[in-house]
Amino acid sequence: MNTLLEVSGVSISFDGFKAINNLTFAIGAAEMRAIIGPNGAGKTTFMDIVTGKTKPDEGRVIWGEKGQSLLGLSEARIAREGIGRKFQKPTVFEDQSVQDNLLMALKNKRGPFSVLFYRPSAADLERVEELATTIGLNEQLARKSGELSHGQKQWLEIGMLLAQEPRLLLVDEPAAGMTPQEREHTTAILVEAAKTRAVVVVEHDMEFVRRLDCRVTVLHEGSVLAEGSLDHVTKNPDVIDVYLGR
Amino acid sequence: MQNTIFARNPSVLIFLSLLGLFTLLVTLGAEASGTGIISTSFVKTLGKTLCLCLAALAMDLVWGYCGILSLGHFAFFGLGGYMIGMWLMYERTRDIVAGALADAPIPPTTQEITDAIGTQIFGVVGSNEFPLIWSFADSLILQLAMVVLVPGALALVFGWLAFRSRVTGVYLSILTQAMTLALALYLFQNDSGLRGNNGLSGLQNIPGLDAVPQSVLSVWFFWASALALALGYLLAVFITQGKFGSVIRGIRDDEARVRFLGYPVEVYKLVIFAVTACIAGIAGALYYPQAGIINPAEVAPIASIYLAVWVAIGGRGRLYGAVIGAAFVSLVSSWFTGGQAPDVPLGFYTLKWVDWWLVLLGLSFVLVTLFAPKGLGGLVDLWSNRKSPNRHGADLGPSAGALREQEASE
Repeated sequence: MNTLLEVSGVSISFDGFKAINNLTFAIGAAEMRAIIGPNGAGKTTFMDIVTGKTKPDEGRVIWGEKGQSLLGLSEARIAREGIGRKFQKPTVFEDQSVQDNLLMALKNKRGPFSVLFYRPSAADLERVEELATTIGLNEQLARKSGELSHGQKQWLEIGMLLAQEPRLLLVDEPAAGMTPQEREHTTAILVEAAKTRAVVVVEHDMEFVRRLDCRVTVLHEGSVLAEGSLDHVTKNPDVIDVYLGR
Repeated sequence: MQNTIFARNPSVLIFLSLLGLFTLLVTLGAEASGTGIISTSFVKTLGKTLCLCLAALAMDLVWGYCGILSLGHFAFFGLGGYMIGMWLMYERTRDIVAGALADAPIPPTTQEITDAIGTQIFGVVGSNEFPLIWSFADSLILQLAMVVLVPGALALVFGWLAFRSRVTGVYLSILTQAMTLALALYLFQNDSGLRGNNGLSGLQNIPGLDAVPQSVLSVWFFWASALALALGYLLAVFITQGKFGSVIRGIRDDEARVRFLGYPVEVYKLVIFAVTACIAGIAGALYYPQAGIINPAEVAPIASIYLAVWVAIGGRGRLYGAVIGAAFVSLVSSWFTGGQAPDVPLGFYTLKWVDWWLVLLGLSFVLVTLFAPKGLGGLVDLWSNRKSPNRHGADLGPSAGALREQEASE
């Protein structure tokens, strides 16, 4: 299996507190991975480092076939390289319609001048329609996204993520605040996405992780505590100690 | 292209028709057309108001749409005025000097004329030499280019430094205000090369048009201001509709999210900041020939704050809101401060509006911000909602009152 993202020996400390400590992590080009861990284990900081929001003190972040280093690139540049991120709190542009949100996310040229003269092509509109159907919002395209329910906003954000056509999706607690049916739908979307690209899901909810049916990485105090199938890691005594046992 | 803009935003058409109608009425009422219902000085006031509306439009783009509360756009406005003022003053002085020297027994050399112009212009600040920045003052074309280029370049440099360091919110506002203050203080110096606190004067006299009376000139400038406002409005609609508008409103609402979508946020901010600085420069270049004089006090930070107040009262985030706000507040302001408003005798104290107008303005600003965040422009919503209460779907254009998608497709 070829590796899409490789994080090795990464450390970062905030005011002496080691948020990430010699973390090593790798994911393939079409793989689903769940990251679990107690609060403060460094899950969000890990995402911040990969997406360029935070610069690590040491270590390497290597991306793609050419082995490009992501350190030193801007967030926007990293996003254009093919890393999409979904935040824990749904962040969609509430003032704008679902269609505008999706069009903005759709993979197209990002420079100001091409955007200024951009008019959505028939293919773009079709793609938006298709995405909206996937996330169950095709009836809501004309609505302002601020009017959507919490779960629908989460989906819209996932839809925007898919519209970017990233090679790697970083998804932070996608099922937070969703009803059981909505969770199932979300699982289906993510599993489908992972067939063609890498998906990293950070999640607290064990049931949700079980349904994803994928390899699990357990983070603790900024480094990897265990890795393997869910059953494997839940039997690990260290994991039981720090996380599940409580 | 134009057709689609109009078809998607009927509000644009309404705005342009109202502007056209207003221009026609003012033209018919002006002294130049013989009716004389509107005095020349009031035509100038109205023309200046249109320029202020254009500046407010720029402010609305940068603040209402992109979320950058710039307290420096009146500095760009003033710079535009200075740039055109340099040519007006130079050419006018040259005409006078050349006329005076023509009667001399020996014809003056070019150098003598230039020296005489220098003495005329800079005598007041104890100098007679042209500073470097006046190098192009004899060329209308170059000075006109500088009306756009100088504010644009300043905005580019300033914006690049500020946005690159991710300075946002109130800190950015303070920075822009510092820039404005620094510029004003610099211009106040006698050796700034722009005549210190005397500023540039006599700008209402257009070189080569001595035969044209002010009553006619004022109408011409009024037309030019109206045209500039109309074109600026169309440009603003073009910028704010479509995906570019989506992106800058996204930057206003959640900058980090736009960044993670892959958009170079800093570049977008820089583009908007510089383009609006150019628009403000053009507005200033049309304003000051109607005002007749420009001095550094015009550039003082308070002017930029006024600009923000106009946009807030008019309703930010909608283009006609900015125009309504600027027109309404600046006209009411000149009515109150012009001594026309009757004093209010309270028995124990007489309320003089010249002194109390600022208090009233400040109070209205606070009240609008607290209780009517949509501003005066929000009144349009009341009207358009009553007209068709069963609207559904999202706005097609940036302005409320535009057709909704589903209606338009029916």
